[in-house]
Amino acid sequence: MKKSKVDLKKLGTQKYIVLIVLIALYIFFCIASKTFRKPTTLISLLDMSFYYVIMAIGVAFPIMTGGVDLSIGTGVICYALFGGTLVRNMGAPVWVGILVAIIFGVGIGLLNGILVAVMNLPPFLATLCTSMITRGLGSMCKATPWPTGQQDGAWFHNIFKITLADNTKIPVGFLIVVAAALIMGYVLNHTRVGRYTLAIGSNKEATMLSGVNVKFYHIMAYVICGLFAGMASIAYASAIPTVQPGTGAGMELDAIGGAIVGGVSTAGGIGTIGGTVFGAYVICLLKVGLPFIGLQAYWQQIITGIILIGAVMIDIVKKRRAQF
Amino acid sequence: MGEEILRMEKIDKSFPGVHALDHVDFDLKRGEVHALMGENGAGKSTLMKVLTGIYQKDSGKITYQGREVNYHSTREAQADGIVIVHQELNMVGDLTVAQNIFIGREFMHGPTIDDKKMIMESRKLFERLKIDIDPSARMKDLTVGKQQMCEIAKAISHECKVIVFDEPSAALTEKEIDDLFAIIRDLRKQDLGIIYISHRMDEIKVITDRVTVMRDGTYVGTLITKDCSKEDIIKMMVGRVIYEQPKEKSLVPDDAPVVLKVENLNAGRMVQDVSFELHKGEILGFSGLMGAGRTETARAIFGADPKQSGKIYINGTEVDIKSPQDAVKHGIGYLSEDRKRYGIVVQKTIIENSTLACLEEYMSGISINKSKEKKATEKVIDELNIKTPSSDQPVVNLSGGNQQKVVIAKWLVKNCDILIFDEPTRGIDVGAKNEIYKLMNSLAAQGKSIIMISSEMTEILRMSDRIVIMCEGRVTGEIKIEDATQEMIMNKATRNIK
Repeated sequence: MKKSKVDLKKLGTQKYIVLIVLIALYIFFCIASKTFRKPTTLISLLDMSFYYVIMAIGVAFPIMTGGVDLSIGTGVICYALFGGTLVRNMGAPVWVGILVAIIFGVGIGLLNGILVAVMNLPPFLATLCTSMITRGLGSMCKATPWPTGQQDGAWFHNIFKITLADNTKIPVGFLIVVAAALIMGYVLNHTRVGRYTLAIGSNKEATMLSGVNVKFYHIMAYVICGLFAGMASIAYASAIPTVQPGTGAGMELDAIGGAIVGGVSTAGGIGTIGGTVFGAYVICLLKVGLPFIGLQAYWQQIITGIILIGAVMIDIVKKRRAQF
Repeated sequence: MGEEILRMEKIDKSFPGVHALDHVDFDLKRGEVHALMGENGAGKSTLMKVLTGIYQKDSGKITYQGREVNYHSTREAQADGIVIVHQELNMVGDLTVAQNIFIGREFMHGPTIDDKKMIMESRKLFERLKIDIDPSARMKDLTVGKQQMCEIAKAISHECKVIVFDEPSAALTEKEIDDLFAIIRDLRKQDLGIIYISHRMDEIKVITDRVTVMRDGTYVGTLITKDCSKEDIIKMMVGRVIYEQPKEKSLVPDDAPVVLKVENLNAGRMVQDVSFELHKGEILGFSGLMGAGRTETARAIFGADPKQSGKIYINGTEVDIKSPQDAVKHGIGYLSEDRKRYGIVVQKTIIENSTLACLEEYMSGISINKSKEKKATEKVIDELNIKTPSSDQPVVNLSGGNQQKVVIAKWLVKNCDILIFDEPTRGIDVGAKNEIYKLMNSLAAQGKSIIMISSEMTEILRMSDRIVIMCEGRVTGEIKIEDATQEMIMNKATRNIK
């Protein structure tokens, strides 16, 4: 009887397990491939990880309410395209482009939240629809390179990566990721938004019957997700030379996968931001690392899929043990 | 009574935090009706769920028709001739009666379902059982009592040798109970073994041959029904527990102010023109059959379901309650009959559950003041005597009674003045039950007002200062505790039903 008792602190250890897996995986790739060992690989790994990790932190919130947000993949592209078009074709200052991208993200998050929490659409369907909408909206723009090199507004790259005169690159974006993780970890564990996000995911009816404004807080989870998708779009524009309309589908799955690998329960109610960040890095590491040991991109997808099945199975087993 | 058909020996079953069955013995003969009795949470339903493969036993032995069996699903048990009529209805509302009865074993006509034959077969079945139900009616259009009869008919339509009735009469009118007994007598004649779970002592005396009593998950003893008295059975059921004395008269002074007044409340089919008053310090019992509309009334008052019309006054002022949020703001707390679904957030800790209704009082700026939260929770854990190693235990680890106390804790931390307790002792063990009774009495003495919805007649008579009786969505009577008798309540509870 003792054995089957659930210790929530123990469930929290999943994030440390994921951290160990992450480190082991990195060491494995370093041993397996000489080129992987180079610092430039690490820099480019970090560079392309920022938007995934930021997306993962955001999407963890809808997942923890028991839902999901599928619109962030095409959303990130859409926001980056709109912001970029404003800057390149309409002469807006780059900070306006950034602001518009983020506000756009929050707006779509709000729409998702209203569809799910007020109109009671299943999250899967609601966000699948908005993902089509954002893809369509994004395609109204032309392929957009954000400012680079000596152009006006190229400074925004420095948010995530400072390039020194001797072409040394410093991935300061990592600090942003750490700060975002700490802030959202605090939000999750020490504020009402976080407490109610988990309560809604664990038992929405009981939370509502306790007099909590469930609709508002349910919407907030999606707004947070949208905010982070907006921020991720800036990280994306900073890392990818040209934003292509019509792309982005599938990126959300890597972010969602990261959160799930990191121990966020797909049934809602359980999850940590630390775990989410580590999980997202595991996915990124696989994405970058596997080609170095001679496995093509499709292998990365197959392996990620298998790892996700494993992570979801762990989640189900945990749930089953917690119930009677 | 014939030879033995079923024997359960030393059945043991644990859930996290609860030792549900502790080496329980039970046996059944052909052609006998064997009552299984015990208070809520004694383990009767669990034992039957182990028998029919819904739960797997941890240890013990089940012998059926001379061989050891171990079912892993109801389907397996059914195929072997053991069927169960559940307490909860398991019907698909949008399908017809016939489709429900033959669900999972439809008559086929090539690749298509032969609805005509299913209706015909159902009609034959109903004729044999002398039940008057139209097999082509939609299940959801029937009364709860009729639905229950369909459930029984469905069970009987299987080729079976053992039938378990798990509190079949909770939703039935007297007339329907008579019909049910006729059916059971008929089955007994056909040499079937029948297990009958019920709370109603009178039924046990009328219909059963033997009685086995369980208490706190243990086997207490087996008696021949005609040789024992009601008192013998009660003594075995209650055991060491000394209950709160039943109320002889109302403890509420005549001039106690009205804290809650409901006028002509309407909310769907189940709540029609409901009016009543709740006084300060009063425990107002709501009695009625299953499906009488009591829970629906409570949910409408609490704002959990929309209401069409009606006025609600709190302390004399009319209030507009549109959502549970409004209700909580006005100091109403609701303890649901379905604790797991509507009461607790199972994976979360006692602290998180206790402050869920009033987290805004535990904020410093934007962050939650966790030490203040913890202090308040520990105080209420003490007050309610919640048995837990620490306040940061997830409530899933607690027993049913302690989980129920956590829900009460939530409303005490919020300091609600009006509490709606919907079946407050369902599914909890005897000791905890009595503690909850004590707690309700002390809350009332402190000036809190309680609406207690209960299907247990003894509970209604033991706790209430005044009793409101509902039937088919309407209030059919209001009785002071001084005048109340079981017969009177039953009479009013079935008044509306033709």
